[in-house]
Amino acid sequence: MKYYDKLIFELSKPGRIGFSLPECETGANIPAKLRRESELVLPEVSEPDVVRHYTNLSQMNFGVDTGFYPLGSCTMKYNPKINEEIASLDGFRALHPLQPEQTTKGAREVIASLEKALAAITGMKRFTFLPCAGAHGELTGLMLMREYHMKRGDSARRKVIVPDSAHGTNPASAAVCGLDIVVVKSKENGLVDVEALKPLLGPEIAGIMMTNPNTLGLFEREIAQIAELVHGCGGLLYYDGANMNPLLGTVRPGDMGFDIMHLNLHKTFSTPHGGGGPGSGPVGVNDKLAELIDIPKVSGFHGNFGIMLRAYAYILMLGKENIALAGKLATLNANYIKESLKDCYKLPIDSICKHEFVFDGLAEPNGVTTLDVAKRLLDYGYHAPTIYFPLLFHQTIMIEPTETESKETIDGFIEVMRKIAQEALQDPELLHRAPVSTPIGRPDETTAARQPIVKCEC
Amino acid sequence: MSTIKEGLLYSESHEWVKVEGNVAVIGVSDFAQSEMGDITYVEIPDEDECVEAGEEFGALESVKTSSELYSPVSGRVLESNKELEDKPEMINEDPYNAWIIKVEMSDPKELDALMDAEAYSAIAK
Repeated sequence: MKYYDKLIFELSKPGRIGFSLPECETGANIPAKLRRESELVLPEVSEPDVVRHYTNLSQMNFGVDTGFYPLGSCTMKYNPKINEEIASLDGFRALHPLQPEQTTKGAREVIASLEKALAAITGMKRFTFLPCAGAHGELTGLMLMREYHMKRGDSARRKVIVPDSAHGTNPASAAVCGLDIVVVKSKENGLVDVEALKPLLGPEIAGIMMTNPNTLGLFEREIAQIAELVHGCGGLLYYDGANMNPLLGTVRPGDMGFDIMHLNLHKTFSTPHGGGGPGSGPVGVNDKLAELIDIPKVSGFHGNFGIMLRAYAYILMLGKENIALAGKLATLNANYIKESLKDCYKLPIDSICKHEFVFDGLAEPNGVTTLDVAKRLLDYGYHAPTIYFPLLFHQTIMIEPTETESKETIDGFIEVMRKIAQEALQDPELLHRAPVSTPIGRPDETTAARQPIVKCEC
Repeated sequence: MSTIKEGLLYSESHEWVKVEGNVAVIGVSDFAQSEMGDITYVEIPDEDECVEAGEEFGALESVKTSSELYSPVSGRVLESNKELEDKPEMINEDPYNAWIIKVEMSDPKELDALMDAEAYSAIAK
């Protein structure tokens, strides 16, 4: 990897220009008070300057196209290139959301077909594609939950139950929606404690938000009983679809008793993910709430259509039989890594996992933390797993390999993880210093958090 | 190895309490700060706000994680240590002097539910 850390402003030379524009025709019509008085500060660079700058920067990226990316809870699966080809077809790419309806029949057919496919996969009745990411989906879903209760005149339901292992976005979305959060504890085996749930239920409960399998990668086996209890008190069940991957084609949230859910097309359905790129968090509902999403209350548009196309291409490419294989292989891969490493990393809950699992640091730490292990993985060319989440343990490492990877890739990762465990015993100082081979070593996260500089002064 | 100061009372959620008459001085233990790593943000209540035993009264954020603060006792906040807002590192540097709030206790019997240094040493590891 070539080291490159310039800002494009550092390449700027006064008067250098890489484009020519016609004279501005409208400038004279803009009222004086709206016109900029100072010079616009832009870099003055040539076309090759720009191309080389961004090409060099892009080569310092790490992504699923460059290597293994076992980031737990994020399902960083490979994005098949055929998805890009489909999304680049002129008839799709050149669409404008405001063009006449009779000219968008093809696009609308894709949306309807994708809705049908997702409904079949999840056991939901209807989907809306407006939400642009998972947390946006959660908020939309909770607003639907509240609307459902309000429409029945049941305005006292203002509390949402979340397990202590929940994704941080769950209580955050509930709070943004104006609901109060009640936390239900997990048992020793990492699953929701049904006995602790029972006394929390009552006429103030709007619903429960759950991820299944949960954040530890464990399937909530008592979900049918939980659904019965929550429905029994008049509440609804919300399914956070972040962990849908292992269940694809095998188990459906609708059949488990969930009423509302979101999917992350950028996780489970192979669309690009990360770097804040466009996501898609469609929300599905069952019969009880189907009428509530028929009315386009939020917007007349349809969310990130390009992402929906990619997800639809993925579903069609796999088909009904193969889509079930994706979840099974993701599960197999996770269990294979877990079993291969549990002698040198501490496995707090030793049972069969789904698509991901959690270690609690090294079995023999010798002063080496999970952060050190994660940093050392960068030296070996792997993206670090999710660390220090969930908060149930002190030295969490959360590994999710996805179905994408071959046995050779996974064996290579296992070998490196074992090697790092050895290094921790022999040369812990090396791990405290890691990474030593990346363009940037350890950034000073503390200073960055305490004194952030969020504005570029040019 | 983190230190546990003698003469203080401790909660299961790793707050310490120093009793000064009817006033409880509250901070977080050395174990808590070392588990959290460098603390970057402290959220504390204003004076005169009421806190309840076992309920959240603020939060700590570090580069590694965030954690709620739970009040070991009920009562009214007499004073809150606003200096921590600008200097959160004080908690890392000297956790037993970096008090967070001082509470006028409404029910000093609640102190009976807390642990002494010896009992706390069993869970702070």
